[in-house]
Amino acid sequence: MDMSFISYLINGLSLGSVYAIIALGYTMVYGIAKMLNFAHGDVIMIGAYMALLAMTQAGLSPVIAVLIAIVVCTVLGVVIERIAYKPLRNAASSLSVLITAIGVSYLLQNIALLAFGSNAKTFPSVIKWSGITLAGGQLNISGVTIVTIGVCIVIMIVLVAFVQKSKPGQAMRAVSEDKGAAQLMGINVNGTIALTFAIGSALAAIAGVLYCSAYPSVTPYTGAMPGIKAFVAAVFGGIGSIPGAFIGGLLLGIIEIFGRAYITSQLADALVFAVLIIVLLVKPTGLLGKKIQEKV
Amino acid sequence: MLKKMNKNTKSNLITYGMVVVAFVIMQTLIATGSISSLLEGIMVPICIYVIMAVSLNLVVGILGELSLGHAGFMCVGAFSSAFFSKCMKDVIENGILRFLLAMLIGIVVAAVFGILIGIPVLRLKGDYLAIVTLAFGEIIKNLVNVLFIGKDSNGFHFSTKDVMGLNMEPDGTVIVNGPQGITGTPQDATFFIGFIMILITLFIVLNMINSRDGRAIMAIRDNRIAAESVGINITKYKLMAFTVSAALAGGAGVLYAHNLSTLTANTNNFGYNQSIMILVFVVLGGIGNIRGSIIAAVILTLLPELLRGLQDYRMLIYAIVLIAMMLFNWAPKAIEWREKHLSFFRKKKEAVK
Repeated sequence: MDMSFISYLINGLSLGSVYAIIALGYTMVYGIAKMLNFAHGDVIMIGAYMALLAMTQAGLSPVIAVLIAIVVCTVLGVVIERIAYKPLRNAASSLSVLITAIGVSYLLQNIALLAFGSNAKTFPSVIKWSGITLAGGQLNISGVTIVTIGVCIVIMIVLVAFVQKSKPGQAMRAVSEDKGAAQLMGINVNGTIALTFAIGSALAAIAGVLYCSAYPSVTPYTGAMPGIKAFVAAVFGGIGSIPGAFIGGLLLGIIEIFGRAYITSQLADALVFAVLIIVLLVKPTGLLGKKIQEKV
Repeated sequence: MLKKMNKNTKSNLITYGMVVVAFVIMQTLIATGSISSLLEGIMVPICIYVIMAVSLNLVVGILGELSLGHAGFMCVGAFSSAFFSKCMKDVIENGILRFLLAMLIGIVVAAVFGILIGIPVLRLKGDYLAIVTLAFGEIIKNLVNVLFIGKDSNGFHFSTKDVMGLNMEPDGTVIVNGPQGITGTPQDATFFIGFIMILITLFIVLNMINSRDGRAIMAIRDNRIAAESVGINITKYKLMAFTVSAALAGGAGVLYAHNLSTLTANTNNFGYNQSIMILVFVVLGGIGNIRGSIIAAVILTLLPELLRGLQDYRMLIYAIVLIAMMLFNWAPKAIEWREKHLSFFRKKKEAVK
């Protein structure tokens, strides 16, 4: 088989892993709060900037830098939920929370623009490992690629176990099923939703660091595109479903890299969005999503 | 005579009157030379944004769906009409006739795109619609940036690679030059044309809202299932509102294209940012309030020009305004607080009832 094909496939899996990690955040929040968190992509960007600052300004080691990014993003996610989304949870118009989320996304972008400037900053490599060479030097897989795929698989397994087995995970499923009933069973609904945002944002921080390690530059708009694409991935896999986000993310990454390699790099984004439109036309619930009957 | 008039008619007349008065004042100021050329230069952009805001309000406020790809329709209208105008620059000498034809083409093409996007997308609900329209806007922007069209004695040549890929005869001219866009579009758009366009837009949108169709559209917005159960054809009316809105956005695009000598598609003019900015106009002016959209579009386009120092903070302020307006208008607690403390609003509301 052609080596470049395998190399594209692996790159696609790596990019797809990043999308999958972001998509997990989208899908969990959507599943539980029934809202599209537009600002999720920008939390990625903040995470990347935090790791960057910790490494270049404070001179900390990559591991600590990633931990700082995770902590900052987690707090940020919870604060955003508390200030911007929670007051609108029972609002009459579902449009209002969507527009607020867009506002938050815009706010984060512009704060970053004022704080860090619009110039792209080089992101230092977090992963020093140079990777492995296979097939007699024909196929080189970088360390970033392997780590990204590995991290994604670990996150996926931990998350599924957490949601299925642990008490807070069960609470999450209960709240996503029926908020009122969950409350009657003694579940702290607000706390559970905040926890979901915290997990989603922590994942966004990890995704931000991984994404910027693969494409080593950060701008205030870094998060916007991967954020939207990850949403496409979440819809593709079936929004609200954790394995769906995983599969959707990987497929989308592969589609994008193949599109870039075999069709044209300028239309790769257009291709990804075309996938979204086709998926919504053919199977609006996504690959693993379940159909929700509308009650009157 | 005013007393006999229907409440809606009166409100609409005020809206038209406001636009006409604003136009007359501005025109007088321009004629007497009492405003700067900078301010004079943004008169057409103001018209464009007013049309965009009114057209987006038709989707967001009247239909109750969120479109984040409105700049995409604007882009379609701009490029199709600029393409036409550039081709016909030497064929049709009469500037007004050429512009009218270009306008027609821009509007029709945008409307066709509106239908094409609307048919699949309008079956989806809220959040999905927002993301698909956003995707549409980005696709259009990407496509335009890889499009090369040239014309020589053998006719048109297309390419998605570069100018060389067009394989033209030496006498050929490049019309659409990929990322460089279209240069040399005749600058036919004037403030007067923009003003007429606003009036036409208002006429279409306000009449639509107060018609049988408009009431059906608002019924869908308020309760889709109830509307469906009384026999309203959901898809038809949604598509109607969406297509009209897309066509109007296309018209705004035509103005945009014919106001600048160089037309390119980038993030700031036809991207996500533009769509969001127009959404800010709609939200600030009041969702569903056409007059509000006009006022907000005018003020928010004028303000940054007048307060140059705030340029850096403009987008930041927009973002905060967006969040604050939403929280204040829609949060159940804020509504409760408002009713308790701001009795002025309550009295006014009761009087209307």
